[in-house]
Amino acid sequence: MQVGIGLPNTVPARGPRTLLDWARRADAGPFGTLAVLDRLDYDSVEPVTALAAAAGATERIGLATMIAIGPLRSPGVLVKQARSLVEVSGGRFTLGLGVGARHDDYAAAGVDPATRGAVLSTQLAHLARLRGTEQSTMDILVGGSSGAALSRMARYADGYAHGGGPPRAFASAATKARVAWQDHGRTGQPLLWGQGYIAVSDPERGQAYLRDYYAFTGPFADKVAAGALTSVRAIRDFIRGYAEAGCDNLILFPTTLDTADLDILAEAI
Amino acid sequence: MDVSILGAGPAGLYSAILLRKAGHGVTVHERNAPDATFGWGVVFSEETLGALKDADPKTHLEITDSFARWSTIDIRYRGEVVRSTGHSFTAIARRHLLAILRARAVELGADLRFDSELTEPAAADLRIAADGANSRTRQRHFTARVRPQGCKYIWFGTDLVLDAFTFAFRETEFGLFQAHAYPFDENTSTWIVECAEPVWRRAGLDNAAEDESIAFCERLFADDLAGNRLRSNRSLWLDFPLVRCSSWHRDNLVLLGDAAHTAHFSIGSGTKLAMEDAIALAASLDRTNTIGAALTDYELERQPVVERFQQAAAESAGYFSRTAHYTGFEPVQFAVNLLTRSGRVTHGNLAQRDPRLIRRFDSWFAGGTAIAAPPLFAPFGKITNRLVAEVSTPGEAAARAAGGYGLVLAGPVAVTAQGRVSPDDLPLSAWGPVPGARLGVRISHAGARAATRDNIPAADGWPIVAASPVPYGPLAQTPGELTDLDEVRQAFADHATAAATAGIDLLELDMADGTLLAGFLSPLTNRRTDEWGDRHKFPLSVLDAVRAAWPRVLSIRLTVTDWAPGGTTVADGIAFAKELRAHGADLAHVRAGHTLPDFRPEYRRGFLTTLSDRVRTEAGIPTLVGGYLTTLDEVNTIVAAGRADLCVFTEAP
Repeated sequence: MQVGIGLPNTVPARGPRTLLDWARRADAGPFGTLAVLDRLDYDSVEPVTALAAAAGATERIGLATMIAIGPLRSPGVLVKQARSLVEVSGGRFTLGLGVGARHDDYAAAGVDPATRGAVLSTQLAHLARLRGTEQSTMDILVGGSSGAALSRMARYADGYAHGGGPPRAFASAATKARVAWQDHGRTGQPLLWGQGYIAVSDPERGQAYLRDYYAFTGPFADKVAAGALTSVRAIRDFIRGYAEAGCDNLILFPTTLDTADLDILAEAI
Repeated sequence: MDVSILGAGPAGLYSAILLRKAGHGVTVHERNAPDATFGWGVVFSEETLGALKDADPKTHLEITDSFARWSTIDIRYRGEVVRSTGHSFTAIARRHLLAILRARAVELGADLRFDSELTEPAAADLRIAADGANSRTRQRHFTARVRPQGCKYIWFGTDLVLDAFTFAFRETEFGLFQAHAYPFDENTSTWIVECAEPVWRRAGLDNAAEDESIAFCERLFADDLAGNRLRSNRSLWLDFPLVRCSSWHRDNLVLLGDAAHTAHFSIGSGTKLAMEDAIALAASLDRTNTIGAALTDYELERQPVVERFQQAAAESAGYFSRTAHYTGFEPVQFAVNLLTRSGRVTHGNLAQRDPRLIRRFDSWFAGGTAIAAPPLFAPFGKITNRLVAEVSTPGEAAARAAGGYGLVLAGPVAVTAQGRVSPDDLPLSAWGPVPGARLGVRISHAGARAATRDNIPAADGWPIVAASPVPYGPLAQTPGELTDLDEVRQAFADHATAAATAGIDLLELDMADGTLLAGFLSPLTNRRTDEWGDRHKFPLSVLDAVRAAWPRVLSIRLTVTDWAPGGTTVADGIAFAKELRAHGADLAHVRAGHTLPDFRPEYRRGFLTTLSDRVRTEAGIPTLVGGYLTTLDEVNTIVAAGRADLCVFTEAP
């Protein structure tokens, strides 16, 4: 299993150098991937922009959306953005897609959320056409826990992007992804990506950010905050649990802009 | 901290005990009088008892001293009693359990207020709603899904002292009735009677007074009750309410036990889950700094556990609603099916717990030899075992055959060039006998799914046809409406004729997964207004032609349900499977969904098993099923319980 790190593109109060510095440090560290989150109606840097900047600031690290809310973009724009990121990163880009959970993001984008599943399917069908072209280095992941989402993943994508939670939740979702993969007659195994949050150097500030970021989910926000990894030991247990559950690539996202957490994670893995 | 608890059932009282021990001030409000409890005995499981011991040794001792304990399950069916041993059950009178908990709560200084009707817990630092499955607190403050689960049931007591957990089945002119019965003290047993809703109505029980219901059930189970009476405790016919609630806390208010979640009585876990909730909540309060963090912690710990039990309970409730379809089973298989109903007990577990029963079962299943291999090694016709491998290349076929599978199922082989999935499809001539296994070949016409590579239109594709011009998902080619039906039918028949001389043992005709014939079967994809708008007609005519040309085992790969709005239902699929049988099909390969790409499956291990069970028992046709079965124990259990005859086995990574 590879361990990657998140770019704090959705953590508020960034300065103009914050993301570039973070990306350079990540590139110099032991991380396989640098990943971004996607929210429209929140203080954040748009994920394609963030990854394009990161691509210019880094040499070797993989770049990924984990995940991007596909239906906020038209299929043509999304395909163009994906192809562009593959090009400017020299083939280092992995595209994780989902439908997201926030209606206000859809409202801000002027997209009807009722059509989001169908739109994502259409986008994935367009992306599937890139296979066999120069973009074939790009892996496509699909997130979501419903049968429809897993079905979409198994039909069009290369793997599954889990939404976070303890290792046992990942293990259960990974089994479902494998079941869906086989049900669609796919050979081999789906790529399995997982994610978690770290808040070691300042747990309270990190958890306050998570409660704010997930406030739209109601009591679920407290569960996400409670699940943040607040010690090196918790990080190591989490990594071991995910590895045992068959995760291929685990992304740990920061919850503050403090690079101390990046250094702590680099030490922990 | 001041804690206010609503409800003096097991969850509420046990919380009161544990929170008093932790030094909190506790008030419990209960709308009924102290002794006005309903119900008879409640079942516990061994693992709960350890947790109770750690949480409060004193009540643990009193509770376990009062327990009825036993290790046997009796299944009374068709005049025979099948006895299974090696299990571990404990039960206690609900009234006595509550008396112990009440006394301990008072001893510890909790303020218990009975006959105190509140709609939610009174103001306090922490407010616990343990007010049962019909929780008014939940209705006021939480979003829950509540729906009836399983059959009609009624909860009686009896003076008959059983020495086993007893399931008794009785046929009547109205349909099948079943009793779930177990002892809970030296003098008394619980006796729950259950039946399907239409049976209950036909028997007139919807209009029966309490004494009439008792008299009816006493007459029905007279032999099993051995002259003992059934006793009522305001016993009414009930629907079991399945309660699912996505969140169990809000601010300082938290739901416990049945108020938060229920699990069907047939797995006997309600009281256990309620008391474990109380333990988890007390532990969370002990190790966290704030009530908010504690309630989040409690929920994170308990929800996965509860979900597992609710899944098992749903399987069990589903089984008990289908028992009428199993009455053709021999008693020993009927028993194994019942014992493995919830998915928590497998053939392998039973072989450990009750080797004698499994020896008897395996012997019966194998046809009578005293010592027999496990069920998956019993032949099915000329197929030497129950394991099936689906393969797409001859190399893979040879490897699986050498690897011990009974049947290697190859394909698909397209019957026309137009019906190929991709330009790379292998023809029938690619397939020949595989040493070590029987060879099956699936013949197909991909219909709307033809001319693709990796699920997208192939660059070197061709115009395609289907029942109606409905594209298979976004960017897919729109098929033309099939006009040469006779030609396609003849192509299927010609392939069957050719297969008959090609060393092939089993032929599978593809009516699944959105292929041409499946497309005719579904209202989502068959919009024809000609005679072939009769959705069964063309697939059955192809079956007739293939059957006439093929002398050996004929399997139909069938989409039992579309799992999509406006698509075919399970009942449609079962009705069609009956027609397949009548037209000479030997086997149904159970599939679901894929009629169009946007269907709604519920993926998990064995997600097709219940469909297979229903097709096999309700349509009376043997079945083959997959659904990500990765252990031999799963296959043994499915085959032993009569849920399928053959299983697609997956060698998981």
